[in-house]
Amino acid sequence: MAGLLLSRTEKVYIVNGIEEDFRSDGRSNYDYRPIELETNVVSHASGSARLRLANTDILVGIKTEVDIPKPETPGLGKIEFFVDCSANATPEFEGRGGEQLANRISNILQRAYHASQAFNLKQLCIFEGKQCWKLYVDILILECGGNLCDAVSLAVKAALFTTRIPFVKAALMDGGDVDLQLSDDPFDSKPLVVGTAPLLVTLCKIGNKFVVDPSAEEEFCSIVSVVIGVSGNPAHYTTEKIENVESKFTTIGMSGVGGLVPDTLKSAISQGIVAAKCLDSALGRSLLRERQDICSYKKDSYGFLK
Amino acid sequence: MSGHVSIKLASERVNPSVASNNEIPRFFTPGEVICGLGDFMRGHGTYLEDNNIKSSVAGVMQKVNKLICVHPLKSRYVGEIGDVVVGRVIEVQQKRWKVETNSRLDSILQLSSVNLPGGELRRRSAEDEQMMRQLLKEGDLISAEVQSIYSDGSLSLHTRSLKYGKLQQGVMVKVFPSLIRRRKNHFHVFSFGISMIIGNNGFIWISPIPRELTNEERNVNSDTSSPEVSKHERKAIARMKNCIAALASSKMMLDDNSLRYAYEESFKYLNVKDLLDTEAMLDVAFLTQHRINDYDED
Repeated sequence: MAGLLLSRTEKVYIVNGIEEDFRSDGRSNYDYRPIELETNVVSHASGSARLRLANTDILVGIKTEVDIPKPETPGLGKIEFFVDCSANATPEFEGRGGEQLANRISNILQRAYHASQAFNLKQLCIFEGKQCWKLYVDILILECGGNLCDAVSLAVKAALFTTRIPFVKAALMDGGDVDLQLSDDPFDSKPLVVGTAPLLVTLCKIGNKFVVDPSAEEEFCSIVSVVIGVSGNPAHYTTEKIENVESKFTTIGMSGVGGLVPDTLKSAISQGIVAAKCLDSALGRSLLRERQDICSYKKDSYGFLK
Repeated sequence: MSGHVSIKLASERVNPSVASNNEIPRFFTPGEVICGLGDFMRGHGTYLEDNNIKSSVAGVMQKVNKLICVHPLKSRYVGEIGDVVVGRVIEVQQKRWKVETNSRLDSILQLSSVNLPGGELRRRSAEDEQMMRQLLKEGDLISAEVQSIYSDGSLSLHTRSLKYGKLQQGVMVKVFPSLIRRRKNHFHVFSFGISMIIGNNGFIWISPIPRELTNEERNVNSDTSSPEVSKHERKAIARMKNCIAALASSKMMLDDNSLRYAYEESFKYLNVKDLLDTEAMLDVAFLTQHRINDYDED
């Protein structure tokens, strides 16, 4: 990533370690670094989350707005992603420096969330063909420590999980226009159903092996990386018993200069789906735990200060 | 082949402090009045305003007789002559290299202050100047000693000893320079199969113990023949890396003793990757602090 230099011998050390399935901090090629999550950190947003994966720090806020659905999809709501790379992360993001990376991440999220079975956009519909909810997902990258895509997608899903959409009390038809009356009570709202929302998994090809959750140094050693989007399993996100939904592959993106043989690509995808399932169930468990905490007592906000 | 994922909540975060005797020093913030002028003298990290000595950095106060200094908690590396540092070459210039050493300004390594290949001392010719990139190129890590300090505070390094020079395979860990305890020796070889350079600038280099090279081998560019690192050495290096991270997150001073203790205590956790967990890190730091205290009492 940005502003990093490694000597040739350090690269040799990293590549050989991955070949032996023993990375420089003792992880195997399939292990993630410890992740820390906090939801509802921004009180003005409809839903928010902050996620820290080793040195990668992500803040996500979600804003809801009433909008008119697209004519080709009258029954669906809208979701839009905006990534902002803070110059705090690295000096290279200053000005327009982070724009390319930001666009790449927001595009792949956009594609992943618009796959037909990934995220249920029907729940955002208010009045078919006339009114729908539009979710603005604002992602702020505060620190870059490798593996941005995965961290961003986890934070987005966590933020969506806490997002509540106000109920519509009454709708008045005024000619062709609809006039909505929304409830003023912030608790008079429904949570989003996010079980199937996709997660992104980056697989970095280093040497002849693929690794998940590369650190910034490892990313520097890789010639090509594959980002895949995998839809989630709603059974992990509720305490009720519902049947498992098989995780499905929703999107793929590649970055780096290298290429891949079809067979390696296939094995990368299957490795990514396994990793995504693990991530999904871990995220679901901790989100349910967080929700329980909020219900049982007044939650202290930790944010950035503690 | 499924991997390990752990997602913790912020509310479950552990406090990394291991302060043993509940003796938390008094911290000063910039601009805070330390004391009236009296007959005190103003040292580093302080300034004079309205007949008061005030702190110009965030840190702890140290009083030596009448001299009052404030040592910042986090700062860039402030070099002293004779310090051992680990640095990364970032630029090759005319007759010198620019080296990143975590100080405020990039350090300088002159062509005249390195040992040229061949060993013996000789004049540095124009040919040597053209060969500089073959000696050290951008990204290379070196260990060096601070030779002198320029008037603007930037450091001049030298590598004119066999123990200094280019570093081969291994890992570099970065910690705050203030956490490094100054010792006579900063080169350590541990019995569990790793060697370490604890740079005064907070860069710590961990590598396998170098095998004895014959003079001939030393002459050929050793880049091409980097030896394989065994799994055993790799495990020891990774464990040491995680131990350093554990001690640094608890703000404990790092030297060969504390790191050896931490390494030995860390065997409570069999898998090296278990040490990435914040609770395990705190546990290792805590046990290490205990051993240091026991040692001090004896």
